[in-house]
Amino acid sequence: MNFFTDNDDISLALSLADMERLATLSEHGFCFAKDFDWAPKDAADAADSYRRVLELVGEIAAERLAPTAAETDRNGSVLGDDGQVHYAKGIREAIDLFGKAGLMGFTLPYKYGGLNMPATLYTAATEIVSRADASFMNIFGLQGIAETINAFASDELKDAYLPDLAAGRTTGAMVLTEPDAGSDLQAVATRAYIADDGEWRVNGVKRFITNGCGDVLIVLARTEEGSTDGRGLSCLLVEKGPRVRVRRIEDKLGIHGSPTCEIVFDDAPAKLIGLRQRGLITYVMSLMNAARLGIAAQSLGIGEAALRVATDYAKERRQFGAAIATFPAIADLLFTMSSDLQAARAITYYAAVCVDLERGLEDKQQSRKYRNFCKLLTPMAKYYSSEMSMRVANGAVAVLGGSGYMRDYPAERLLRDSRITTIYEGTSQLQIVAASGGVLGGTLKEAVEDVLASREWDETLAPEVAKVREVVALIDEAVAFVKTQDAAYRDLSARRLVDMSAIALAGALLCAQAAVCEQKKRILSRWMLEGVAKAKAMHAIVVSGDAAPIAPQADAESR
Amino acid sequence: MRPAPPAVRNYNMDTTKRGLRSVVCVKQVPDTKQVTGDAMRPDGTINRAALPAIFNPEDRNALEAALSVRDACGGTVAVVTMGLPAASAILREALACGADEVYLVTDRRAAASDTLATSYILSQAVAKLRPDLVFCGRQAIDGDTAQVGPQIAEKLGFALVAYASEVSIDEHGLAVARRDVGSGVETTRTRLPALLTVSSAAAPLRPRNAKLLMKYKNAEPTVWSLDDIGADLSRCGKAGSPTNVSRVQSVVLAGGDYRAFSADEEGAKALVAELVASHTLG
Repeated sequence: MNFFTDNDDISLALSLADMERLATLSEHGFCFAKDFDWAPKDAADAADSYRRVLELVGEIAAERLAPTAAETDRNGSVLGDDGQVHYAKGIREAIDLFGKAGLMGFTLPYKYGGLNMPATLYTAATEIVSRADASFMNIFGLQGIAETINAFASDELKDAYLPDLAAGRTTGAMVLTEPDAGSDLQAVATRAYIADDGEWRVNGVKRFITNGCGDVLIVLARTEEGSTDGRGLSCLLVEKGPRVRVRRIEDKLGIHGSPTCEIVFDDAPAKLIGLRQRGLITYVMSLMNAARLGIAAQSLGIGEAALRVATDYAKERRQFGAAIATFPAIADLLFTMSSDLQAARAITYYAAVCVDLERGLEDKQQSRKYRNFCKLLTPMAKYYSSEMSMRVANGAVAVLGGSGYMRDYPAERLLRDSRITTIYEGTSQLQIVAASGGVLGGTLKEAVEDVLASREWDETLAPEVAKVREVVALIDEAVAFVKTQDAAYRDLSARRLVDMSAIALAGALLCAQAAVCEQKKRILSRWMLEGVAKAKAMHAIVVSGDAAPIAPQADAESR
Repeated sequence: MRPAPPAVRNYNMDTTKRGLRSVVCVKQVPDTKQVTGDAMRPDGTINRAALPAIFNPEDRNALEAALSVRDACGGTVAVVTMGLPAASAILREALACGADEVYLVTDRRAAASDTLATSYILSQAVAKLRPDLVFCGRQAIDGDTAQVGPQIAEKLGFALVAYASEVSIDEHGLAVARRDVGSGVETTRTRLPALLTVSSAAAPLRPRNAKLLMKYKNAEPTVWSLDDIGADLSRCGKAGSPTNVSRVQSVVLAGGDYRAFSADEEGAKALVAELVASHTLG
């Protein structure tokens, strides 16, 4: 079994991403091959290596990780009397395996022992790992911590911490959330100060910290005394040690293999990352964007696992003398789940490509264009994919019926695991707010046109392209209307604007896929048929001006 | 970082200077889990074209044992196979797992070798590499003979430890092995040079490493012919193989009659007594 080679849709998404182009950007003209004997020598060599590495990820995920997922879910992590967090056996083994396989430094530079791979490749790897065990993704997917150190910390810190992180000898955590600072990170109260010895110390309590028992903690703390907003916050690196105590681990609905810790910092020694006061506004925002792409990929993996469980079951389960997959109601459910997943994958991989292009392109104007795309697409991918994973996992339970509700099948675990994806790294509601700026500002339209202008459309696809433009026109009208309304109405309409945008962007991307893959046409035409109908309905609601949910009396009535 | 190798003595080669030298013998085999109708030829030999070729499972355990000894004591691991040029695929896999050198013995004159001829040819190749330790998988899934490892040991004059499930080198430079002996576990200490056959109860092979995978993706092994290893041709191939497969039969074990036991304590006792009598239990 191999979770990469058995999934043609990932290969299709990667082939449209033009891996040779991304490799040329990340390899800086293939200058690393002379110093690092595993670095690619040219674009074709890189694309070939990328494929082999994903095959390796797919093999380990399918053969070694997936078989442990159910037991990991049952046993979870344990906080021992010794104050140490003990991972589930499967997670402990997976950390060792992925470390030995050299997969824990996917995007880090060669000089620290990394693979220097594009974000798009890491996104694919994250999806594949999550399909095997979504909870291990919370450790595999924390490579953004090393990326943050690489992007913003001093050479001294990079040299000290990155080689071990890349080799999987250490793991990290991003330590942001506090009891009173969840979505609103500006309210962070954990304090950092310079002690008499001239070194930084951190004091405070952090909550809901994924892998908070890790060795390298990036802590968001208030360094500017008397400040009250995000400009008083900085990022500090704290090593696991006697002054860092995990006080409890959460008992959760899902992702049981991932320990969620409450941590007490008791004058813990720390090192400043980069500059003071840039912690939230620059570093965490950058870290968060990578993390959101990671959660989008995790959602794809959960969706893929759920769709396969449901499809296999529907083919085998016989009722009324026939396999249930042949019944229209079940066929419709499976088809809808599959389209939903493919649309989410198209958006997520496109967002990843934009991240790589923004980082890699030297042309300032081009790079700026993709930076704007990223600001829209990263939250949109996170929102759409995570909501998709819940819908698809829920659909899988429906297809399995009573069996889906039982622990004998993985459907219920996938449903529980999917639920977190719409919450952490920013809730769906926050992603919508972040993405709606790009919709209102016209970036969405630009991104869709960018995809549509990338090729000539034959007579079979031209009608679908026309439907995409029809949806874009509806978005235009809705946006124009919203701009005449107040801020509260804009926020109220944001979800529908972003939903319409996902229909249009996924539609454009599915058109591009259908141009090179005949089987996509069936999904595409149904996607646009339903998409235009849904977009019209959302358009009607937005341009109605009806504000019932936020009208002052609504609150009183609902009580 | 690897710890410094222990002071090794008690055998004829000074490994402290060059490090412990291990050789692993591996085989590319048809994946017998994927057997289809055309897996066997009418003459009773295996139709290798009909089955995907894989790294013999217990040879993977043997390679892991060698690599973990190297991780603990230093030294080098060389991997040898005899087969068609296509067998280079498993040698590249061995390199991606961390093997230091790989060798392919390939020669038309080696075709149709039985276990006696195969072990002779491999012993010639292994001897050329002057190892302190040789690791073989307990048996290959195509022939299931478990003869090649012990026969190589015999030809090299090495001590043999079969069925090892754990291997390490102690502070005196002795090979310490846990062996599954059916009714229990035995721990042996053996002077080097020695040959160990490793069973599937041992640790699974570590995953390929992404960097090594990229580095060695087009690597070619050192290729040796029978002349290169100084083999006596009369001991190779068909000429050196006294074994002839005269007939292959598919034996289907059919159950006889059945006996019913009542679902109470008496019935259970009677069932256990029956199972003990038939040596299924006890």
